[in-house]
Amino acid sequence: MNRVLPVLALLAISLSAAAQTRLNGAGATFPYPIYSKWFNEYHNMHSDIEINYQSIGSGGGIRQLQSGTVDFGASDMPLDDTKVKQMPTPILQLPTVLGAVVPAYDISGVTAELKFTPQILAGIYLGTITNWNDKAIAATNSGVSLPDKNIVVIHRSDGSGTTFVWTDYLSKVSSDWKSKVGSNTSVSWPVGLGAKGNEGVAGMIRQMDGSIGYVELIYALQNKITFGSVKNSSGTFIKASLESTTAAAASAKMASNDFRVSITNASGKEAYPISSFTYLLIPKQWKDNGKQKVFLDFLNWMLSDGQSMTTQLNYAPLPATVKEKELLALKEIK
Amino acid sequence: MSAGFLDHQSWPKLQKPMGALPKPEIRDKVPARRTLQNSVQPGMAPSEFPKPVANIMQAVPFWKRLLNPDSAFKGLMALAGFFVLAIVALILVELLQRSSLAWQKFGIHFFFGSEWDPVSGAFGALPFIYGTLVSSVVALVIAVPLSIAVAVFVTDMCPRLLRKPIAYATELLAAIPSVIYGLWAIFVLVPILRLHVEPWLMKYFAWTGLFTGPAYGIGMLAAGTVLAIMIIPIISSISREVLTVVPQHQREAALALGATRWEMVRMAVLRNARAGIVGAIILGLGRALGETIAVTMVIGNAPQIAKSLLAPGYTMASVIANEFAEATGDLYLSALMEIGLALFIVTIIVNILAGLMVWTVTRGTPVRAHGQ
Repeated sequence: MNRVLPVLALLAISLSAAAQTRLNGAGATFPYPIYSKWFNEYHNMHSDIEINYQSIGSGGGIRQLQSGTVDFGASDMPLDDTKVKQMPTPILQLPTVLGAVVPAYDISGVTAELKFTPQILAGIYLGTITNWNDKAIAATNSGVSLPDKNIVVIHRSDGSGTTFVWTDYLSKVSSDWKSKVGSNTSVSWPVGLGAKGNEGVAGMIRQMDGSIGYVELIYALQNKITFGSVKNSSGTFIKASLESTTAAAASAKMASNDFRVSITNASGKEAYPISSFTYLLIPKQWKDNGKQKVFLDFLNWMLSDGQSMTTQLNYAPLPATVKEKELLALKEIK
Repeated sequence: MSAGFLDHQSWPKLQKPMGALPKPEIRDKVPARRTLQNSVQPGMAPSEFPKPVANIMQAVPFWKRLLNPDSAFKGLMALAGFFVLAIVALILVELLQRSSLAWQKFGIHFFFGSEWDPVSGAFGALPFIYGTLVSSVVALVIAVPLSIAVAVFVTDMCPRLLRKPIAYATELLAAIPSVIYGLWAIFVLVPILRLHVEPWLMKYFAWTGLFTGPAYGIGMLAAGTVLAIMIIPIISSISREVLTVVPQHQREAALALGATRWEMVRMAVLRNARAGIVGAIILGLGRALGETIAVTMVIGNAPQIAKSLLAPGYTMASVIANEFAEATGDLYLSALMEIGLALFIVTIIVNILAGLMVWTVTRGTPVRAHGQ
């Protein structure tokens, strides 16, 4: 006992000295790798500050922020006005990085990269286009010989921001989709098989001949999955990349303090149409002044130096115009 | 009944040899209440019987009773039992409370509605209830004969040398995490089903209506098969224990009567052990009803009620695991909670039915003279 006590005392002292300010956040899983990198780098620069982030899903993050168990939340899907009103304090919804969702497929014998129009994607997911030799697909992909094979449609079975972006895009480009299905983190799918997570969808695509599914761009890049290009609203076929995703955000029109815009089907010539922001949900009024100062400093750093770390992890950085607006909006945090 | 019945001296003395009774000097030290019964004399009217001490426990202070190891043990066990009840009750209360919004909106129709649309806010649990029950039944159909065969083989047929390794290997199956089963199913089982098993089933059994439609590999059949593999260790190891305790002389008697090996197993072993085997099956079923991850990975996650076992389905546990983390709307969350409630109720109903089944199975005489 005599030996243990001093050790315990030392431990207690070192713990209290190491983290004088500790912030807790929870939410979306999609930005988790970049968030944990940011929080870690920031902790390396300021050893007395520790920011914890639990990737429990956007829904969980919103619920925890609502009940006040975390200092900030994170969501792939911006909160609408009714949700915002349920929050204990007004919140700032701040875009941090960008993601994109790509149509991945596996058809044996087809090596050429396929092109998809919005009508084809909506038709396949509504169940009106059921065969790969459909006229609409053949017309867009002239020169590619497509087999007479049923299309196996695969979607995410778990609720996810990826599904939200995908269905949000389909709702914008197809009125049928909007009226029959709509957009959400989970929807009532007219056709197809559900698989859990990006890895589940990718695994199922790889196994089933003639299948199509949607996965996050990051996942597709890291795992070298074949995906097609999509026609954007200015008529060009764009393959998803970090640049074309950032371009989509640059062409979005947004107010100076409300960043809740959907950037799917963006109008820019170079814009990849199935892109989206992911958001940090930050209370505008903080009870703890110390925490508020620390977090504000972190946000400033994240929007300047932090943005340069995004591409290493395959996240698309925010365009300069959006960054400027966000830096101004930070003044609302008091 | 004459009072003489209570006099132990008039009992025929063949129950126990005298040596088993306490020696006289010890008998003298037995507290008075133990001897009260014995002080009833022949010819006494029942009203003259000495009254037993009201309750010996009341004479001892409460704290002393606590220190008494017997009472302490009893109290501890009662507490443990009470905890189980309390936890179940709390789960029920919490589920009822949190699902109240969905209950107010849909009422009893929630359990019979077949639409699940988080966008428009229409929720019904029927496809999930159906999927849970059907995948579990498929699992039982595959697992029960196999598990009993394994148990019989290990206890009655297999060379002594193989007994331990086989028993050990089946139990090892139970230690594998379910996500591993799920991954194995995706990469090994599903392709086999899609390329070999399902086309064959569609060719020869399509007339049943159970095996129609495109063979995805993924679907109710795949889920049932994975579940079967997961519950085989449970059913077979418990059945094995039950079969082991069937007295050896029962087997010998059957063989002596000229029974073949198979007749011996059927008449002397399985018939004796049936209650225990049904219990094992119920435990396996319980596991199958609640299994989540492995099923989610291969069932296809489509909330529909299809007659074909090759079509994708969805289970209650799967939809909760899939959608809870990202569910935002209050009604949506409440509906997911009510799915949890439905799972709770279905499990209770299945357990009650299973209990009834055990009762009907064990009601008869343990062994019949002929195994008809």
